[in-house]
Amino acid sequence: MVELTEILQLSPSVALRPEPFGALAYHFGNRRLTFLKRPELVQVVSSLNGTDPLKDVLQKCQIPEPKWDVFTKAIASLMKADMIHSLSPGKTSQKEPHND
Amino acid sequence: MTETLTTVRPTGGTLIEQFEFGLDAPICLTWELTYACNLSCNHCLSSSGRRDPNELTTKQCEDIIDELQRMQVFYVNIGGGEPTIRPDFWHLLDYAIAHEVGIKFSTNGSRITPEKARLLAATDYVDVQVSLDGATAQVNDPLRGEGSFDMALKALTNLAEAGFKDAKISVVVTRDNVHQLDAFKTLADQFGATLRLTRLRPSGRGADIWDQLHPTAEQQRELYDWLLLNGEGVLTGDSFFHLAAYGEAMPGLNLCGAGRVVCLIDPIGDVYACPFAIHDRFKAGNVLDGNGFQEVWQESELFLELRSPQTGGACSSCSAYDSCRGGCMAAKFFTGLPLDGPDPECVKGHSEDALLDPNRVIPLASQDHSRASARKNSGPIPITISRQVPARFCDEDPLTESAALNSVTT
Ligand code: SF4
Ligand code: SF4
Repeated sequence: MVELTEILQLSPSVALRPEPFGALAYHFGNRRLTFLKRPELVQVVSSLNGTDPLKDVLQKCQIPEPKWDVFTKAIASLMKADMIHSLSPGKTSQKEPHND
Repeated sequence: MTETLTTVRPTGGTLIEQFEFGLDAPICLTWELTYACNLSCNHCLSSSGRRDPNELTTKQCEDIIDELQRMQVFYVNIGGGEPTIRPDFWHLLDYAIAHEVGIKFSTNGSRITPEKARLLAATDYVDVQVSLDGATAQVNDPLRGEGSFDMALKALTNLAEAGFKDAKISVVVTRDNVHQLDAFKTLADQFGATLRLTRLRPSGRGADIWDQLHPTAEQQRELYDWLLLNGEGVLTGDSFFHLAAYGEAMPGLNLCGAGRVVCLIDPIGDVYACPFAIHDRFKAGNVLDGNGFQEVWQESELFLELRSPQTGGACSSCSAYDSCRGGCMAAKFFTGLPLDGPDPECVKGHSEDALLDPNRVIPLASQDHSRASARKNSGPIPITISRQVPARFCDEDPLTESAALNSVTT
């Protein structure tokens, strides 16, 4: 799970490709392709700049607070897939072994 | 480029619904670099053999790669023919990788020498699929050619010894090899490779022998059961979504991605809806015309048609329609069945009558690069072929494993 205070950054190995429904995120390292199904999520993910805590990013993207839970879950699963890294101490995301 | 779509895309909904309206760029692009091949597999979906004199030049290929980079097509499946026969193959591989276009290529293994294997092991963003259609030479060689089993195993050995991680063994499931699924898995494990199973489709030379070679109804069930048990760790792309009509969803998107998320660029630059749909009916344009591949992908009439809502025809009343969606467009087309009806391998048996219809017309191939010896249009399965083929088995199919629907659904 990810904390709202964590400082996050999109992995340098990941490229986002805009699509009408949101975006594709492709990880050049583990070659996983993930679909971001909401333009708001794309906005949040591309606003992770490695300096602001997640909470600030959500606010800046004008995501209403009741929805934060959904967004943090999505972010957490992107972290599991090594798409997003945490820069907060002790929170360095673990690289998962991959099999593709 | 939603403006270019003639129908209005809904907002929200499932990913599949979104995909039916197409994407700005393909996810699963297959690019056949050459029709030349040193084998002549009976079921080659692209009827390969001889090189086409109009094959794209190195420069034209580089231009396509540049365009794919601009469109953010993150990887392409390279096939043929046998792609490594092109003298500029290794150059194009480097060029693509340097331009952020990863490569998965299918090969019969004949040219994966220890030296090339070391080169591949040292390259990021490259995936190798060695084609094999039997877990023994006895089953493999009649289809792919004398000596082709050993050739593939040699390539896998070279790759493993060079430290290449996780090669793929690509198998087209046929009537003759369904009983070897466990053996294929064991073989893959031995090489530290991953097994990839794809469906035999009646395309290219496969059309000639599909009747005799496609799995029987009982075998389809066997395959389905096997996939449910062993599916983890075996790749299938979206190959077998027609089997979802048995009850359980299959891996992948369970959707015909032709012209929506999938397409093929052939050796002369023609763009088709799917690697298994090489026919004028499914030709969208050519990369050398007008504004190149992007224009074909985003604006061709054919692709817009494929992205507009389809009717289920005879399938719409079927209880399994939501999962099976009538199956594979190419399989229907090349067996002369209506495109909006059941798949020729409909697991509910709803295409049996149509297949027996004496008036069924099988469309003629609109192109063929087979060597004279490789094509047998009638009679039993040709067993004696002097040299065999490649066969690029698509991975092409839609979404391969990488699209393993880790979809973030908010
Ligand atoms: S192989 Fe068949 S189901 Fe798959 S994309 Fe091509 S036409 Fe559609
Ligand atoms: S009738 Fe159509 S939808 Fe139903 S199982 Fe057969 S092919 Fe699939």
